[in-house]
Amino acid sequence: MSDAATMPAPAQATAGRTPLLSVRGVKTYYGNIIALKGVDLDVHEGEIVTMIGANGAGKSTLMMTIFGNPRCRQGTITYGGRDITQMPTHEIARLGIAQSPEGRRIFPRMTVFENLQMGASIKDFTHFDEDLERVCTMFPRLKERLNQRGGTLSGGEQQMLAIARALMSRPRLLLLDEPSLGLAPLVVKQIFNVIRELNERDGMTVFLVEQNAYHALKLAHRGYVMVTGSITLQGTGKELLENPQVRAAYLEGGAH
Amino acid sequence: MALNTPHAPAITAAEVTAPATGAQIAAALREAGIAALLTLGLSIPILAFKTEQDQANALYLQPRWGMVAAACALIFALRFALCLRAARRAAAPARPKAPASPALQKLFGIAVPLFLGVAVTYPMLATLASGGLGGARYWIDLGILILTYVMLGWGLNIVVGLAGLLDLGYVAFYAVGAYSYALLSTTFGWSFWLCLPLAGILAAFWGIILGFPVLRLRGDYLAIVTLAFGEIIRLVLINWVDLTNGGAGISSIPRVTFFGVPFDSSEDGFASLFGIPFSPMHRMVFLYYLILVLALITNLVTIRLRRLPVGRAWEALREDEIACRSLGINTRNTKLTAFAIGAMFGGFAGSFFAVRQGFVSPESFNFLESAIILSIVVLGGMGSQVGVAIAAVLMVGAPELLRNLDFLKQVFGAGFDPNEYRLLIFGLAMVAMMVWRPRGLVGHREPSIVLTERKAIAGSLVKEGHG
Repeated sequence: MSDAATMPAPAQATAGRTPLLSVRGVKTYYGNIIALKGVDLDVHEGEIVTMIGANGAGKSTLMMTIFGNPRCRQGTITYGGRDITQMPTHEIARLGIAQSPEGRRIFPRMTVFENLQMGASIKDFTHFDEDLERVCTMFPRLKERLNQRGGTLSGGEQQMLAIARALMSRPRLLLLDEPSLGLAPLVVKQIFNVIRELNERDGMTVFLVEQNAYHALKLAHRGYVMVTGSITLQGTGKELLENPQVRAAYLEGGAH
Repeated sequence: MALNTPHAPAITAAEVTAPATGAQIAAALREAGIAALLTLGLSIPILAFKTEQDQANALYLQPRWGMVAAACALIFALRFALCLRAARRAAAPARPKAPASPALQKLFGIAVPLFLGVAVTYPMLATLASGGLGGARYWIDLGILILTYVMLGWGLNIVVGLAGLLDLGYVAFYAVGAYSYALLSTTFGWSFWLCLPLAGILAAFWGIILGFPVLRLRGDYLAIVTLAFGEIIRLVLINWVDLTNGGAGISSIPRVTFFGVPFDSSEDGFASLFGIPFSPMHRMVFLYYLILVLALITNLVTIRLRRLPVGRAWEALREDEIACRSLGINTRNTKLTAFAIGAMFGGFAGSFFAVRQGFVSPESFNFLESAIILSIVVLGGMGSQVGVAIAAVLMVGAPELLRNLDFLKQVFGAGFDPNEYRLLIFGLAMVAMMVWRPRGLVGHREPSIVLTERKAIAGSLVKEGHG
């Protein structure tokens, strides 16, 4: 980036240090089709970083590649100074990365409570009640529905459950894949507020993949724009919001 | 509906479901006509002609057009009635489905203790009903058979119902358990009580061996590989004559003892030890309680495991494997434990089978056995312990019932054997189940933990295939 002066506070503070998550030259293929054409990306401790892009740009693929499924064919991914490129997915999760995957992927026949228990499965259950209380205050809707099956929740509630489930493992880094997908504007607002709160109050690092460019860039400290498997633009959220290319491609008539 | 305006006539349910309109009747007639035509087309090759022999032993065709007409008329009438009913249903306002009544819930609550009570007192009941221990032999034997399948069903339920791994070769583990006991006891003379855990361990070991290559498979593909595995075990048992004595099987397997005390009429036999007159039925009753205890252990372990992280991980794995992995679940180990524990109970049941029969041969472990056990699990409702028990009673008990329907001979003539229609009835029952209860007898999943109050959500409200 051109100037450190425009960086928001957390990014500025961590600019010199090694990033929490760093992706270098990652290429991912589906069979012979290249999905990521060498992606470089950094997420620093305490930041909200967003990645925007059109359908099929490779955003979700990048998210899944970080989790080792699919595995990248070239490049390295390091987390907290450790190379996690070849690590099995469940071990990556145990390092303190939690994910709310694309399509939510909650367990539909299990109750909300059981879903949350699954979220905490890499932890011993000493902090379980405390964590449960925390996510229930964050999402009061879930508290009312603890005994209800996940599959009977509305889309917004399922999204809340997916995020809450990810939070139950007390992650250092939270990966969110399109949390606003298919949700009413009001619910999107709620969810984005929660993300901001998590970052500001608990200092949680968040990497957010979004189509809802306006909301995502307003929320994020820094952002990346991905087009067909490569990162074409990067900058602070504010810079990208004002960038004419971004405005033309993602914000014209978009969700304001 | 303007129900509250005084001039509007009150609309009653009877009026809404009343006579079908002309258009509906016409549509139903057309539907029924098409069905009758189809029947006609189908019956020409299979119904219309019968080959007969004349005196010169030459074949000639005997037309049976009356039968064809009857079949077409029957189908026409049935289809017509069905269409009209469907049309009326559609016209009637959708009534909200009545939630499970409290009476039904209560019935469900007492069902488990009732079953348990019947299971525990069954030998006494059978003795009383048939007037003597000797006469109860058939009934106790049937009870043992049913409980064996209950246990196998519960064992397979761990793999199929909880972990969602479709296993068509479960009988392989049953076979491993049976042959383990048969070989260990005949070769080394080890007692049943030593061989039982060993058989379980060996079966669990084979479960893991099966598990490794199929870790990446799911659904249909997994089913095919497990099916093949079941066949491989059976073929090995047939062909490895040196070890297993091939198709002739292993006979004179030591009988079960009362913790070392044999069931015989000798001085230090079970009868004289307890000072009661000797009866060969003592062993039967003991076997009955043995399999009851084994089955209950299977059940208890399953119930416990469901509340532990590993059991929860099995269920989560059934729902969504990718989500599991991203939550830090080691899916490989989770699958292997499901295979191993399911196989272990199959092994226990197998060694019980061997000690009961005193004879094992590969014949007993064919694919049909796997299919029966799997259909017990599917009919019962995947993952439901009570459902599996009910299904086992129905699937194993009903054919026996069929064998005893002698009065049907008076209706259909002496040559009529209702048992021959077993598979037909079985097939019809399966179709009926899939139409009316596609999720099995007990189709709803009981949460492993419930906070403060229960909120039962019908399985039908959860998307099919997703939950």
